[in-house]
Amino acid sequence: MHFFPDQASTISPEVDHLAYFMLAVSIFFTVLIFGAVFYFAIKYRRRSDDELPGGGHTGLALEVVWSVIPFGLTMIMFGWGASIFFKESVPPDDAMNIYVVGKQWMWKLQHQEGQREINELHIPINRPIRLTMTSEDVIHSFYVPDFRTKQDVVPGRYTTTWFTATKPGKYHLFCAEYCGTKHSGMIGWVYAMRPEDYQEWLAGSPTGSMADRGARLFDDLACANCHHADGSGRCPTLVGLFGSTVRLAGGGAVKADEAYIRESILNPPAKIVAGYQPLMPTFQGLVTEEGVVELIEYIKSLNAKPGLEQTGQPAVPGAGAGSQPGNQ
Amino acid sequence: MATAAVLERETYLNASYGLKSWLLTKDHKRIAILYFITISIFFAIGGTFAGLIRLELLTPQADLVSSETYNKLFTMHGVIMVFFFLIPSIPATLGNFFLPIMIGARDLAFPRINLLSWYLLILGGVLAIYAMVAGGVDTGWTFYTPYSTSYANTYVIATALGIFVAGFSSILTGLNFVVTVHRMRAPGMTWFRMPLFVWAHYATSLIQILGTPVLAVTLVLILCERTLHIGIFDPALGGDPILFQHMFWFYSHPAVYIMVLPGMGVISEIVSTYSRKPVYGYAFVAFSSLAIAVVGFLVWGHHLYVSGQSLYAGLVFSFLSYFVAIPSAVKVFNWTATLYKGSISYDTPMLYAFGFIGLFTVGGLTGLFVASLGLDVHVTDTYFVIAHFHYVMVGGTIMAYLGGVHYWWPKMTGRMYPEHFARLSAVVVFIGFNLTFFPQFILGYQGMPRRYHVYPPEYQVLHVLSTAGATVLAVGYIMPLIYLIWSLKYGPVAGKNPWGATGLEWSIPSPPPTHNFDRIPVVMHEAYDYSAVPREVEVG
Repeated sequence: MHFFPDQASTISPEVDHLAYFMLAVSIFFTVLIFGAVFYFAIKYRRRSDDELPGGGHTGLALEVVWSVIPFGLTMIMFGWGASIFFKESVPPDDAMNIYVVGKQWMWKLQHQEGQREINELHIPINRPIRLTMTSEDVIHSFYVPDFRTKQDVVPGRYTTTWFTATKPGKYHLFCAEYCGTKHSGMIGWVYAMRPEDYQEWLAGSPTGSMADRGARLFDDLACANCHHADGSGRCPTLVGLFGSTVRLAGGGAVKADEAYIRESILNPPAKIVAGYQPLMPTFQGLVTEEGVVELIEYIKSLNAKPGLEQTGQPAVPGAGAGSQPGNQ
Repeated sequence: MATAAVLERETYLNASYGLKSWLLTKDHKRIAILYFITISIFFAIGGTFAGLIRLELLTPQADLVSSETYNKLFTMHGVIMVFFFLIPSIPATLGNFFLPIMIGARDLAFPRINLLSWYLLILGGVLAIYAMVAGGVDTGWTFYTPYSTSYANTYVIATALGIFVAGFSSILTGLNFVVTVHRMRAPGMTWFRMPLFVWAHYATSLIQILGTPVLAVTLVLILCERTLHIGIFDPALGGDPILFQHMFWFYSHPAVYIMVLPGMGVISEIVSTYSRKPVYGYAFVAFSSLAIAVVGFLVWGHHLYVSGQSLYAGLVFSFLSYFVAIPSAVKVFNWTATLYKGSISYDTPMLYAFGFIGLFTVGGLTGLFVASLGLDVHVTDTYFVIAHFHYVMVGGTIMAYLGGVHYWWPKMTGRMYPEHFARLSAVVVFIGFNLTFFPQFILGYQGMPRRYHVYPPEYQVLHVLSTAGATVLAVGYIMPLIYLIWSLKYGPVAGKNPWGATGLEWSIPSPPPTHNFDRIPVVMHEAYDYSAVPREVEVG
């Protein structure tokens, strides 16, 4: 039996090293305290009923020593754990984006290239993978023990995590936040693959990339009626939007990230762009969480080829086959 | 002759007879006995749920119960054990009985409110049991939103109302203790002559008064969202699910200290008595209780490291969490130092105290693991966390509770328990506990998530070990139930101070008279001054 799970991501050994350190400190103090209790209990056992030991003083120096030494040790633990957490929290810029939608009781995953998976995630090794996650219903938690990674998946917002797998293999994927009746059935597998195997697996996406699907959805929802590429529409242009800083009506500014775009689709009045009227209706109920992330990928793709995709006309039907945004 | 005198003397037990004399009593000692009976029943119910959970987990598949039932079992185990056993356990029984006597008072400051708080616990308990009988509740004892408000189809409202009402019981007990300690100390009983048991209860009471109302507010908001669909926590209604976690843990983390601080108070008394030495570093142990109470309010966010709270909030909460470790460590070191050059006897309460020190040490040290940001990401919501908090709450609080019950049993009942059986039970509990919960640390680090009805087969070996341990633990818990009841009738009659202990409770007869003291004592000595204890050990 292995006491520790597989070390299958770049962060795994780092987490384990901290665990070894804490284990060593814990064993030291456990032995110290158990040893002292046993030793004193035997050495100073009561030998007659009228014993009256003295004592009752307080050694200030001793109190200081056994406060300060543990404090120092805990501060090492704090700093060490915090530095790992910092790394876990900030994905590298070149990370590959995968979208995760949790629902009772399954994981739905989408690759930018278009592949959709349920309760399975295929990833290449040695490449940072960034997960952008949300839930359709209750809180779930994306947990891969062999990667030492866990992040709650919360309805109404995006949470992110990232990891780099280091070993090809098949790893448990668990939901770690209790989510109802079949919580323990909300499990799956992560397949970490050699890059060439992953490319092979990717080949053949029947529905086009996520951005393609987003473009079709953009068309179906008639978004282009108002959002013209050249900014002449009643609503702001979406070309070059992603990652830019948007100035808001009534002052203030916001960075146009995934969360901002999601909010603008589902709850448009929350943030109105400076110079525009609050005309846009909510698309809550008209578009699923998976649709929203496809729209986000589409809007991101407009940055790569500014001015071409959004012509002010409804998007070309069947765009998926003809144009591969951002690829050519 | 002596025996006859004991039997004829009026005590709180024979002062009046009949059910009514108990149900309408204002005597803190009788109310403590009512609490004893009540929480023993709740412990049996919660323990039965735990047993069923462990049985189901013997195999990876679902075989004993359905997933719905399993989810209800762990929820009701948590709800009953936390809100109806652990929180009232030591304060409402041993605290109720001995806090006034230890400071030389004839009762608590508000005897009627004391009785009211017992009735509130009963009312809350009846609501919770109604919810169970009607169909159960499956949200987990943590009631995370939006599952609890918008998705669960079980008896959330009745359960939440039960906890809400029981919370007032806890608040009123805390209020009673604080006022009693401030206003009713006997002449000469200065703050720094108070037994450490009283200090621990004082610190606990502050948390009960300040923290419990937040839980009440949170539960009311749950009820509002669930029944009136006011959007507070459910994002579909415009709410924020993380807000719930902040509000819930603002109470529920300090609640851990409501559960364990009184236990630390018990251990201080026991370690001193059976070493015949004052507790080493009295002032440090006393102030560490207050430090735990204060700092304990500032660490709730360590339950939210992976919830999506900001990175910087996580850093602050992790940093502050390590501060709680220090006063806890200080207590353990001081108890250990108290043994040095003591006169140590191995009576049953002392065995429980040794058990407490060992298990609390392990529980505390593994708390360092889960307080660490980088490590907690891996182990949170796994069996590692389950093992950690059972080491603190079961290994800590229940060991202290059983130790305290044995320690004060002669005082409360006037009878001795059978020493050999009692020592055996302490050993059986210690072994059973470790066998049950130690494997869960390994399970958790291997990645086994908590609240899983079915699980991958590679985790089975450790689950079987854990279930085997639980059966040993159950034997350890049933033994005292039997011999303690037996001793009520057949136990040897206890003198007023069978252990040669200090403390005002040992200066009055066993069992005490209704008014505790014929004359209010004047305290002339520091706490734990063994030179002032009459030397002869009385028998019968």
